[in-house]
Amino acid sequence: MKIALLGNPNTGKSSVFNLLTGMRQHVGNFPGVTVDKKVGDFKTSKGEILQIIDFPGTYSLYPRSKDENVVYDVLSNQSNKDFPDLAIVVADAANLERNLFIFTQIHDLKIPSILVLNMSDVANRKGKKINIEALQKHFPDTKIVETNARVGLGIDRLKETIENYNLNCFESNVTIDFKLLPIDDLENQSKEAEIRYETIAEIVNEATSRKELDTNFSKSSKLDKILVHPILGYLFFGLVLMILFQLIYVFAAVPMDLIDGSFSTFSSWLQKSLPEGLFFDLISQGIVPGIGGVIVFIPQIALLFFFISLLEESGYLARVVFIMDRLMRPLGLNGKSVVPLLSSVACAIPGIMATRTISSWKERLITIFVAPLMSCSARIPVYTLLIALVIPAKTVFGFVNLQGLVLFGLYALGLISALAIATILKFFIATKEKSFLLLELPSYKSPRWGNVGITVFEKVKVFIFDAGKVILAVSILLWGLATFGPADAMKNGVKQVENSIQFKNSSPQAQDQMIASAKLQNSFIGHFGQAIEPIIAPIGYDWKIGVSLITSFAAREVFVGSLSTIYSVHDNGDSNVPLIQHLRSEKRMDGTKVYTVASGVSLMVFYVYAMQCMATMAVVKRETKSWKWPIIQMVVMGILAYVGAFIAYTSLS
Amino acid sequence: MNVLLSNIKPGNTVTVVDLLESSLKPKLMEMGLIAGKKLKVLFKAPFGDPIAIDLGGYVLSLRLDEAGLINVNEVKD
Repeated sequence: MKIALLGNPNTGKSSVFNLLTGMRQHVGNFPGVTVDKKVGDFKTSKGEILQIIDFPGTYSLYPRSKDENVVYDVLSNQSNKDFPDLAIVVADAANLERNLFIFTQIHDLKIPSILVLNMSDVANRKGKKINIEALQKHFPDTKIVETNARVGLGIDRLKETIENYNLNCFESNVTIDFKLLPIDDLENQSKEAEIRYETIAEIVNEATSRKELDTNFSKSSKLDKILVHPILGYLFFGLVLMILFQLIYVFAAVPMDLIDGSFSTFSSWLQKSLPEGLFFDLISQGIVPGIGGVIVFIPQIALLFFFISLLEESGYLARVVFIMDRLMRPLGLNGKSVVPLLSSVACAIPGIMATRTISSWKERLITIFVAPLMSCSARIPVYTLLIALVIPAKTVFGFVNLQGLVLFGLYALGLISALAIATILKFFIATKEKSFLLLELPSYKSPRWGNVGITVFEKVKVFIFDAGKVILAVSILLWGLATFGPADAMKNGVKQVENSIQFKNSSPQAQDQMIASAKLQNSFIGHFGQAIEPIIAPIGYDWKIGVSLITSFAAREVFVGSLSTIYSVHDNGDSNVPLIQHLRSEKRMDGTKVYTVASGVSLMVFYVYAMQCMATMAVVKRETKSWKWPIIQMVVMGILAYVGAFIAYTSLS
Repeated sequence: MNVLLSNIKPGNTVTVVDLLESSLKPKLMEMGLIAGKKLKVLFKAPFGDPIAIDLGGYVLSLRLDEAGLINVNEVKD
């Protein structure tokens, strides 16, 4: 038996899904569409497993956005392999009228169904009492179950109802004679809506008794006086942002340092204790650091989504959309772009995944396109190294720390560029869809921790499996390219170093570093770095920087480690002091310094813009279902990086 | 007298008269904006757009563009 879970957004549908399936959920694909298929296993008391598909929450079977298409696609075609045998429709009991709209549509398609009246406690508080018997009279073949999914009430009854549902006994009556209309038949859809609401009004009249209307939103509207206030509203949002940044930078730093430290200790321990050989090098220098490079981001992503899903569950996120929409619109964005852009400050990957709530494809695409321009946390190690290297630690304008100012400037440059490019992109992306905002502002409620937990778990899982495998694969590939090289060149390079006077006078540790450096310089990546030198010379880089640019394609922060290797400086992790001292003394052939204010700033600007992240590209590909957009994105960001770096370099030198 | 919903000040209760023709018409209707429906304008976002309305069961926010597609009749208290 195939079961579909359908209903309006904000009805507690996901709570019902989580309660029915627990952690037994997985994400699949509907064939040919961009939206994920959330499937959960429901275990009956007899031990049978029934699959429940959690469809996106919609107000009608007719889609309003590309993502909602999936509901229409599946239900309009009986031979679709996901066409349900049984539909569970979750309805908000406090708002029966609007919720019965999609229910009657499904009912009129003669799909056997269970109507779940959720949050009946809220309905009671709002002075609405639903007479189940009266409702049942109108839908004699539908099983009606009352639940309160927030506290888990009525779920056992729902489970029983699903188990005992006898599809064979199903006889259908209809509220109106109905066939799903074509998506573009707007005129008849309007007519259908009119007739349907007339019928529903009669049903609701019979089945509910209500007191007065206006007291409904007293609690929410008091809070809204503050939270959408022209001044207090933005101040509160600012406070929320500060807490968010505190979480992802300060709190997450502790576990991140721990992970980073343990992985580099583990990797060097492995290097020492494993026998020599390529295979063991692959493990200790390729795979282990690669896995570390994925896991290190988990604390940030988990904390970020913990906080965002708290805001979402409480109902506040809809208010953020409400107060930000007008500001984002001239930029070709939507109020709903705010959260994805914010998330991208931790990491663009969850940010891009969070764009799915944006109903307009154009606005969603623009948001995806500019999200990687927000300075993510992988850029921080690069920024801090370069700032410490070339920006003097002095005070300007009497009280501003110049190094801090530059760091702030880099973040601002990313943000401003993202907004500017969105504005430009607006004119280039054609769309038939009209942008609109029809957003329910749900009443405030305390979050359900189970839902928050499952969201965090899901997001981390997706990050590990989607982004992680790319980061790991690229790390291994780059390790290969940095380890192997034209055989003669490698051998000669190492021999040359070993014969040098400096080598003979060095400590064993320094000798190891010198050999590692010689190997990297003569590896494929080394050659590649030298090959691109003519291209990067105009922006102030030599081939050694070129090598580090290439290796940081796995993840930007690899840049720092890669510079340490190439200059054969021991990478002591935290302070980078030996590396900075070495870099300061690095000279070109003509005796001028390599790392000047000009080339340093040029590099920082390069890192603000360049799409130095294969994992992001893979996620963009997944979300847009083609390589077209990630490639355009890489090219545009690459051009910006090069031009920006060129301007920075020439104007500063 | 008929006015567009986009011109109604917060705090006022109105009744929907009809919807102007547009591609959004069925969507607005599906959200419950049908002729005869009573609604109250609750508040506006900081720059006056979007607005939030009480549709007798839930709060819906919509942009002035969308509100400008809805003809309403002011209800005298």
